[in-house]
Amino acid sequence: MSVPAEKKEKVSVPFDYNKYLRPNKLPHIWCPGCGHGIVLKAMLRAIDKTGFDKNDICVISGIGCSSRTPGYVDFNTMHTLHGRALSFATGVKFANPKLKVIVVTGDGDALAIGGNHFIHTCRRNIDLTVLVFTNATYGMTGGQYSPTTPMGSQATTSRYGSIEPPFDACEMAKASGASFVARGTAYHTLELEKTIHEAIMHKGTSVVDIIDACPTYFGRANKFKSATHMMEVIEKDNTVNVKQADKLPPEKLEGKFLRGVLHKIEKPEYCEQYESIVMEKAKAK
Amino acid sequence: MADAAKKLPNIVINEKFCKGCSICVDFCPTDVLEMKGTCVAVKNLEACTRCQLCDLRCPDFAIQVFG
Ligand SMILES: Cc1ncc(C[n+]2csc(CCOP(=O)(O)OP(=O)(O)O)c2C)c(N)n1
Ligand code: SF4
Ligand code: SF4
Ligand code: SF4
Repeated sequence: MSVPAEKKEKVSVPFDYNKYLRPNKLPHIWCPGCGHGIVLKAMLRAIDKTGFDKNDICVISGIGCSSRTPGYVDFNTMHTLHGRALSFATGVKFANPKLKVIVVTGDGDALAIGGNHFIHTCRRNIDLTVLVFTNATYGMTGGQYSPTTPMGSQATTSRYGSIEPPFDACEMAKASGASFVARGTAYHTLELEKTIHEAIMHKGTSVVDIIDACPTYFGRANKFKSATHMMEVIEKDNTVNVKQADKLPPEKLEGKFLRGVLHKIEKPEYCEQYESIVMEKAKAK
Repeated sequence: MADAAKKLPNIVINEKFCKGCSICVDFCPTDVLEMKGTCVAVKNLEACTRCQLCDLRCPDFAIQVFG
């Protein structure tokens, strides 16, 4: 036909989150506008994209608002001890290397009380996906400053502004030996979905630092008007995708966090190394 | 071609789940939504482009766009 085909009307088919949720546990307890819910949704879409069966996935957390996540999702799940999610995850993965283990942890959980577990997990390069929900505060316990709180920020424990320099979870993961390191934000939710998918598919320790908002504590203490305001300032304006970073002059990058995959290398994985020793010794007998 | 009436999307809001954060309202590119008290409501359905940003950024599984 010479007549161009009529443009097909776009049809919206939303993602079916219920497939992966425990309906009797919802609505979740997170405050209005809390970024953890947005990150959870990106995680579910990423898991769906992998095509793995629900029973082949294990979601493990420590303690904190973010660590409530396993309670809402219909996979194998464990809600463990503050700071120790990675130790439990290492045990689960080591006992059953076929499981895809995803750790959900707060920045306090992962980098303060769990800091040692974090660096040694990365050092071993055991095949885990570690999603750090970085809201720069201890949400669950009332807004104390955390290892990622920016200097000068208000918290219930820094009434005159924090004087501690923050950690960069990505730099720490990379320096400790993780073979996949990335960053995302709740605001860039489709990009985050892609990044989490890539992290799950990578063999080795994959760390994704996810900047999200705690409007109740960090937001209020630091005079943000709303959750939206936090997302605009902290997640949108204060981050740059790593692919665009090369094109920008240094002054445009000052103080900004890079998003996307920041480090990805091939490296021996812990469970496989162990397995090969077992095989070798069995043969020698 | 006959001028068939434009098919409108169906924005489904779960009022029991909506916590009234207004993230969906603030980031809707075409100003379709509004806050009514502590719950979101549809103000101008005709303007909806089915971009799904409201659903993608809703922390509470409270809004989805069908059709
Ligand atoms: C051993 C131990 N120490 C301290 C606590 C108290 N505690 C519970 S959650 C938490 C911090 C949570 O912050 P974060 O991990 O950043 O998660 P968020 O709540 O911000 O998501 C602390 C200190 C605890 N439960 N167990
Ligand atoms: S206290 Fe902060 S981190 Fe915890 S649920 Fe509320 S907004 Fe989220
Ligand atoms: S789908 Fe897009 S245009 Fe329609 S209400 Fe949601 S955000 Fe607005
Ligand atoms: S983003 Fe979700 S919870 Fe917030 S107002 Fe919109 S529908 Fe309600």
